[in-house]
Amino acid sequence: MKKILITIDGVECRAKEGEFILNIARENSIFIPALCYISNCSPTLACRLCLVEVDGKRAYSCNAKAKDGMSVTTKNEEIEKERRAIMEIYDINHPLECGVCDQSGECELQNYTLEIGVNSQNHAIADMPRPTAHWGKINYDPSLCIVCERCVTVCKDMIGESALKTVKREGVELDKEWKEKTPKDAYAMWNKLQKSIIGVASGADSLDCTMCGECSSVCPVGALVSSDFQYKSNAWELKKIPAANPHSSDCSFIYYDVRHNSISDSNNKIFRVSNDYSFAPIHGGIRYGYDFENIVDSKDEEKFDKVVEIIKTKVDTIVFDSFITNEEALILQKLKDKYKYKLINNDAYMYKRFLNNFASTSGVNLYNGDLQTIQKSNFVISIGTALKTDSPNSGYMLNNALTMNKGAGLYFHPIADPVINGYSKNLLSINHKVGAEEAVLYLILDLFGKNLPDKIANYIESFHTKYSKSTDKDTKLDINSLYEILGVEDFSETLEKLLLKKDNFSLIAGEDLYNHPKSKNLAKILGLIQKYTDFNVVIIPSQTNTLGVSLICDLDEKKGKFSLGYNIKADVTLSALGKGDLDMPALNQQEGTFTSMNKRVVPTNAALSYHGYCLNDIANELGFDAEFTIDYTVDLPISSGFQEKEFDSLSNEFTQSGEEKRGYMLNSKPAICKDEIDELSEFEEIKNPLYLANPVKQFNAFTNKSHQLNEIGALYASSEFLEKNEFKNGDMVVLEGKNGVKLVLKIELDSFINGNIPYLPTFDNKLNTKQFFAGGYRFAEVSIKGVK
Amino acid sequence: MSLEQFSKRDVAPGYILYQGEVEPKTGWEFFKRAFSRTIKGELFVGLWIVLREMLIRGNSHTISYPQEKVAMTPRYRAIHKLLRLQESGSDRCIGCGLCEKICVANCIRIETKLDKNSRKEVSQYTINFGRCIFCGYCAEVCPELAIVHSGDYENASEQRAHFSLKEDILTPLDEFKANKQQEFSGFGALSNDADSFVKKTPLAY
Repeated sequence: MKKILITIDGVECRAKEGEFILNIARENSIFIPALCYISNCSPTLACRLCLVEVDGKRAYSCNAKAKDGMSVTTKNEEIEKERRAIMEIYDINHPLECGVCDQSGECELQNYTLEIGVNSQNHAIADMPRPTAHWGKINYDPSLCIVCERCVTVCKDMIGESALKTVKREGVELDKEWKEKTPKDAYAMWNKLQKSIIGVASGADSLDCTMCGECSSVCPVGALVSSDFQYKSNAWELKKIPAANPHSSDCSFIYYDVRHNSISDSNNKIFRVSNDYSFAPIHGGIRYGYDFENIVDSKDEEKFDKVVEIIKTKVDTIVFDSFITNEEALILQKLKDKYKYKLINNDAYMYKRFLNNFASTSGVNLYNGDLQTIQKSNFVISIGTALKTDSPNSGYMLNNALTMNKGAGLYFHPIADPVINGYSKNLLSINHKVGAEEAVLYLILDLFGKNLPDKIANYIESFHTKYSKSTDKDTKLDINSLYEILGVEDFSETLEKLLLKKDNFSLIAGEDLYNHPKSKNLAKILGLIQKYTDFNVVIIPSQTNTLGVSLICDLDEKKGKFSLGYNIKADVTLSALGKGDLDMPALNQQEGTFTSMNKRVVPTNAALSYHGYCLNDIANELGFDAEFTIDYTVDLPISSGFQEKEFDSLSNEFTQSGEEKRGYMLNSKPAICKDEIDELSEFEEIKNPLYLANPVKQFNAFTNKSHQLNEIGALYASSEFLEKNEFKNGDMVVLEGKNGVKLVLKIELDSFINGNIPYLPTFDNKLNTKQFFAGGYRFAEVSIKGVK
Repeated sequence: MSLEQFSKRDVAPGYILYQGEVEPKTGWEFFKRAFSRTIKGELFVGLWIVLREMLIRGNSHTISYPQEKVAMTPRYRAIHKLLRLQESGSDRCIGCGLCEKICVANCIRIETKLDKNSRKEVSQYTINFGRCIFCGYCAEVCPELAIVHSGDYENASEQRAHFSLKEDILTPLDEFKANKQQEFSGFGALSNDADSFVKKTPLAY
């Protein structure tokens, strides 16, 4: 886009053409008050505080686009009069309960009332009863609400659920005399304020969304608060610890808000997780699943010596998952280098294999997209992932791209997802046959490939049957047999409409592909898609630090005789979940770095203290010498794209303009590549398929450990499935896998999926659900019977 | 007008300035002073006054503590009290946490929670008197006149840390019912002319 020059209050600002004036002012540290605007969401014009004068005319800076040579005045007598009147009106009948309100101290109504200097009230209107509503994890107090509509906006434009909307308030009508007494914009704002209030969009008594809680985060006043946090602590008592989301690979920027636990217990406790909603939305898993710490009072020397002794004498394998930091991964790799342990991490192994195959055709070792490229694009394809639960943040960015960039997209997945369907009319959900991912990728290559090598182009051409049919109009018909293989109707006409005026493409690839029986070829086709189409590809790391582990560790496929498990049950277990042979610190008790799906190495800090032994202590006992785990940050392998940077030199913040200054970006490396892929192979159709995924807000055993999310795992199914098989919500069922494994558990209704494929979760350690998915592939054949 | 009366800051009105003894100058004057000092019975005058007050008039300047106690003036900052609402008898404290925040000795801690009626409940309120410096900021900042200083100055303790709990400092119900809760007029209380500072807010009723 063209760069332009505008003047705000005499300051010359360079900006992109078409950017909102408010955003340009914020980038240049010029203050314009605004209550209702959130970055990356559409302006609502609810508060009208951002009123400015552009070349002598009034405009709202949150929705006025900048043009070259504009001159903006942010303050004059008339504007200040309006702002003062607006703030006075917001203060009418606002309960004087700042003393007990949770928002007090970080309340924007308080701040602007003081900033604008409202010291007397000239407006009045009769109030009406506004009782508190309890919406599950969120409480809504309409008497505190100023109807800025931020919650509605963020839910629609960022989260994509539109679970909230403004509803009619039976407010007192404004007397006509106020029209003369009140400035124009303030009157208009007041008129609207009297008529609306926030309500659940579906009309239900409680919120029926995925409960990400972003609405309570954006609320400028104390109207929407977490019901668990309400009245537990004042904002100023909480210390914000900057960190990264430990549950999923978006590694979103979060703050752990900590305070002393209670009067008698001075140890810190996490009271809530807050986020920088302007730039980094977070999902419900971390907003509510934060207290998964492993409390250990002291170093248990006896246990430690025993474990070290076993490691020295017996252990030949280390089994772990990817919910660890880069530094821990490096310690494990160093142990392998020195003692030749086998490193087993199934998740990262699959991912690494996939990335290597991907590199063999794309020519780079890393994918070229990230969450920002998805957000900026206007055509997005998602394939091989239950996006809503696997990587909610990718879903938010997809939705943001659809709503803010007038975008369109395709969502390929066997399981129908009403939440994702609801993102936009321009998102086409394609529920293809289970196992048909290879055909989907071929189809994408067919539809979007440019300058494909002849051999591949010819092969793809072979799916088309072209013939002229002697009908009335003598139309040429082109039948693409890939649609049939997918088991869906030809959507090429719809696609043509969706692709109108689209110029920025993103593709999200997910976990279904890595463990797919044909994963090698899938990765290669995906590599070609990155190389020969306009798509920016994102390959979502399945666990928090899967990308980091796959880059740092040299992983093995087969276990040895005696294994040490790190957060995984093995012959001898180190566990941050407790109940192991030696306790380890959980991720909110550790400092270190994660490698996020944005290919960024982001730091995270310890929110809570930990008094036991950590992995570094074991490494030191085995002949290494590092005082802290973070001493290893500089040693992260440069050959894999890491940089030689000290942990303490890594920044962790967003700038005013939303620039992400967190850690550093990985360097991608060129790889030797050949344009060779296998032909489409036939896949065996799975009867009665079962999927491996987690329900909304659950990601792993750690989210399940937290007090707000703790639940017992079940078999989750749609209402359609329950009806068809005559199960009732809560019935006990027996699952029997193809290999004879059995599991008895409850069947539970999940209203966020449709279709006939139920799923099993991984978050509940007490359920061995992976036994049904022997090859690692996320779909398996299973029979489900009711227990009588 | 002379500004002399303002510049003499060490002299309060009504005081007599003592200029000091006149120094003797001649040898005779020195002799006279030495002679008079030698024979003057000032020691016995002093002894006589003590004996007179003690034996004849029965006066004593000290009080017999702990049987007798001095009543403190309202501005004296002694051990804290939590007061009850005059109307309902429930706690005045709303748990806003301002006292906890302002406390310079960091000795106040409160615990709050959401109660059954969706209101904020102060479940515990403690002050560590081993740390408290009795500065009075908590009483001054309290918007509800809930935490105040009492006249109770007996705060000796066997330990360095000496916590008082909410039940220790909250007016006991029987005392409250007997109308014995005294309004606090010291540090942080509203001044007599407080009404004149209030700006009226228009009401639409």
